[in-house]
Amino acid sequence: MNKKILPGHGSGGKMMNDLIENTIRRIFGGSSVQIDDSAVLKLPHGRIAFTTDTFTVTPIFFPGGDIGRLAVNGTVNDLAVMGAAPVYISCALVLEEGFDTGDLEKILLSMKSEADSAGVSIVTGDTKVVPHGRGDKIYINTSGIGVFERDPERRDIVPGDRILINGTIGDHGMAVMSERNRLASSGALKSDCAHLNHLIKKVTDSFPGAIKFMRDPTRGGVASVLNEITKGRSFGARLFEENIPVRNEVKGVCGMLGIDPLYVANEGKVVIIASKDAAERILDVMKRDDNGLESAIIGEIDEEFPGKAYIETEIGGKRLLPLLIEEQLPRIC
Amino acid sequence: MEKELLKKLAGRLKSLKLDGETRIMEVCGTHTTEFFRSGVKDIFPAGLILIDGPGCPVCVTPNDYLDRAIEIGRVHKPVIATFGDMMKVPSSYSSLSAEKAEGMDVMVVYSPMDAIRAAGEDPGREYMFISVGFETTAPAEAATLIEADKRGIRNFSILSGNKLTVPAVKALLDSGETAIEGFILPGHVSAVIGSSAWQFIASDYGKPCVVAGFETHDLIIGVLALLELISGGKCELKNEYSRVVRSEGNRHAMDVMFTVFEPCDAEWRGIGMIPGSGLAVREKYAAFDAGKKFPVTPPEPREHPGCRCGELLRGLIIPYDCPLFGKACTPERPVGACMVSSEGPCSAYYKYGRK
Amino acid sequence: MCLAIPMKIVKIDGPMAVAEANGVQTLVNISLMPGVKLNERVIVHAGFIIERLDDSEADAIEQTWKEYMDTLEKEKPLNI
Repeated sequence: MNKKILPGHGSGGKMMNDLIENTIRRIFGGSSVQIDDSAVLKLPHGRIAFTTDTFTVTPIFFPGGDIGRLAVNGTVNDLAVMGAAPVYISCALVLEEGFDTGDLEKILLSMKSEADSAGVSIVTGDTKVVPHGRGDKIYINTSGIGVFERDPERRDIVPGDRILINGTIGDHGMAVMSERNRLASSGALKSDCAHLNHLIKKVTDSFPGAIKFMRDPTRGGVASVLNEITKGRSFGARLFEENIPVRNEVKGVCGMLGIDPLYVANEGKVVIIASKDAAERILDVMKRDDNGLESAIIGEIDEEFPGKAYIETEIGGKRLLPLLIEEQLPRIC
Repeated sequence: MEKELLKKLAGRLKSLKLDGETRIMEVCGTHTTEFFRSGVKDIFPAGLILIDGPGCPVCVTPNDYLDRAIEIGRVHKPVIATFGDMMKVPSSYSSLSAEKAEGMDVMVVYSPMDAIRAAGEDPGREYMFISVGFETTAPAEAATLIEADKRGIRNFSILSGNKLTVPAVKALLDSGETAIEGFILPGHVSAVIGSSAWQFIASDYGKPCVVAGFETHDLIIGVLALLELISGGKCELKNEYSRVVRSEGNRHAMDVMFTVFEPCDAEWRGIGMIPGSGLAVREKYAAFDAGKKFPVTPPEPREHPGCRCGELLRGLIIPYDCPLFGKACTPERPVGACMVSSEGPCSAYYKYGRK
Repeated sequence: MCLAIPMKIVKIDGPMAVAEANGVQTLVNISLMPGVKLNERVIVHAGFIIERLDDSEADAIEQTWKEYMDTLEKEKPLNI
């Protein structure tokens, strides 16, 4: 039987030191995780991007990933969509007393493996233990620093711009929801959890002037990102239902639970607004990346409904895609 | 349906020229939402007005039902299992989601079977299922209760707010308030009760009606078929969802439903008392009847003074006619149930409408 | 309250069956439709099979509407 996390693992004494040395630093790499109160980092001159995000998910292991993978990729993607190259991240753990140390190791290993493949170093961290029943197994906070290889520039979104995405929508949210509801079994229903900094770099390197906006459509999904872009503006975002890639299995579970995949969380997707002329060529670049094989142009910016996101259905009818008040619940109505 | 035909049918609907106004009612709340979601409502010809009927079980559930459920939760502290649909529905003074935030144990389930599974795994606690729904859902809830009885799961009970649609549509027609020329009938309710259960609309009330499914093509052919009947002056019942709906329905499911439930008089939000339109748990299954198992005295129910859900559910107004719509009443702070249910007319208009 | 989806029965096991739609399998209760058979298409609501789905009826309805459109087009071609 694996050992359990005990209050002593967060006490500042020997147990905590053992956990940090023999588990965390062993897995993350002693040479990258600094042991002082702060990590001392070397950065190129110029502006940096800095972000933070806290991760909670039930269940902590789900098809296609786990909370550790999410924690690294989520922060890497938040930096990458700003046009920054992620270089350093931190890892703060809040562990519930009684949490299985074997599970902790698995989570740390997947953080390490994602960090390596994304090309970021985990340089500092923290560990706290909360009493049994006061937490939900494990929470992870990661903060990240990214550097700009060229000066960040604001470019105006204009009517005619195209809306692109690097693949199928709703995979993460529906994989987690169907796992949580012990609902469906399908090998293909799994989280899209991935770091997109490599794909994004290819796109921004090839078309530095054509990218207007990038955002990872996590909670709230693609519809929420488009609402954010159009709110209070003189243009709207129009999607074409037939062009939006949705995995068959995701359609299946969404149908069962009455959920709209446009509002479902993704963890390995980026919505890109790009100028019309470059859109097709950007699409080609995206499709050549492993995380972009099913990329598609899903819509365009226009002026029919200023300030709104909307969708044109297969029969040419239109409906608005308003910002939802809260997460969708399984429904039978 | 092949895409080319679908597009042709959509084109046909869009290009129809109606003589003045034609008011039709979709009884089912899922139709309300699907007409918007599919974009079919957006291609309606000028003059075609879709009136939302009383077919959203969440919307027609009166405040005192939820008041009682919440009072039971507070006093007897069972785990409350519910479909997600009911979470945000306002009761007189609260809602299940507000109670959950205050510490009430509320779980969202996809199937009522999930609730007895949870009860079976946790025999030390009581589980109460919020049993709402029409003839589509009530047989499943009845079957769940029978299963609980068979397995000896005694810590499970249901609070029935179930309702029957036929008496409600009858009441609507009897009231004579609404100038409706034809009905789109609920596909999945009809799958259980059978299309013939609606024959009275055509025979006794002289209104054409069409049973329709829920896919985009179902909605379009449902409306086209109904408009054909109306313009031809034919008071007939047509079944355009015959791949699922039989004339006699699913008799076995009806038997299961009436094994557990018996008809009772029931209060419908906005419509009032409709004789024989509710489903009460029979005496034989009293041990599973949360209403009997958990005696409470709920507070006096109250309605928001300006709320026009009632008129809406009787087909007298559309959401835009209500002065609270989008102002005092939004999905974030719903005043009436029609704004909160995923298939409530106000929620659909608020979410998808163009205004 | 009528969200229900078409699925296909891939396994029957006592009062339960495994049904599949869009490559997703889930357990469904067959007690409202006890005579259901392997490979039959059904309609599932809240985890229960409530009816069978008859593809020949679907084809018949489609055929009727196809003919309806063909007749209309012969009378007056539509611009779509």
